[in-house]
Amino acid sequence: MKGSLLVVFFFALGCLIGWSDFFPEVLLKGDISMYILYLLMFQVGISIGSDKKLKDILRSIHPKLLLIPLATMIGTFSAVALVSLLLPKWSISECLAVGSGFAYYSLSSILITQLKTPTLGLPIATELGIIALIANLIREIMTLLGSPLFVKYFGRLAPICAGAATTMDTTLPIITRCSGKDLVFVSIFHGMLMDFSVPFLVSFFCSF
Amino acid sequence: MFIVIGIMFGGIVIGYLLRRVQLFQKINNLIFYTILFLLFMLGLSVGANKTIMSNLTTLGWQALLIAAAGTLGSVIMAKIVYNRFFRERGKP
Repeated sequence: MKGSLLVVFFFALGCLIGWSDFFPEVLLKGDISMYILYLLMFQVGISIGSDKKLKDILRSIHPKLLLIPLATMIGTFSAVALVSLLLPKWSISECLAVGSGFAYYSLSSILITQLKTPTLGLPIATELGIIALIANLIREIMTLLGSPLFVKYFGRLAPICAGAATTMDTTLPIITRCSGKDLVFVSIFHGMLMDFSVPFLVSFFCSF
Repeated sequence: MFIVIGIMFGGIVIGYLLRRVQLFQKINNLIFYTILFLLFMLGLSVGANKTIMSNLTTLGWQALLIAAAGTLGSVIMAKIVYNRFFRERGKP
């Protein structure tokens, strides 16, 4: 619990300082976060490699693991289709395009803005793109912050399905912390499949 | 994306070769501090992005609704799949 509070605190602190403009511009260049992410992945790799149960983990890869990305997709699409009824401005397929970003906010927002411009016009398409950016960013943040709760109420696979396309990089460390290290390869496998599906599914839903 | 995976596999190899080094068994604490820093950086870019901040009230709630629905739908499906296919006997 103390850990999750620290996570919230640091994120909120970042928002506040970012909003205040009271920080060196160089921090936003994007390179720093990327290199820290690389460092993080290296650390995660070391923690996997030095794990004494590594061989047991590798033995746990199984075809029924395909059910997990399937659960993520079905769960996301059915719930998003349902709430699209509350958003009269956007059609079901437009909402599903946002949902099929699967927390991959950078790619999905750019794709949606570009693919929707011919039919909706640039201003409206940009609006939908920003919604995709915020929605998928929120999904990543929800996974980062909510994983302990997800495990408690929905089982050990819940953070993986919540994290969707991010479970092989940005949310992998928090998933290994909350769900257990034995699910790390499940999480990577899931993230790779979901990641791969984003460009296809976003294009598909944008074509209606 | 493949760079990220490549770096991790590099870490796995190094971690495996050096698995007897006591220090490496404490890597999880270090991972947590790195996560904190990355979240701080994510907050920084959200707070500093004026497009996101100025449109937050008009677009934010729609985004929140879609994000919450997607996340909730996924964790519910996760519970169903976990209970039906993955739960081991005697485990919660």
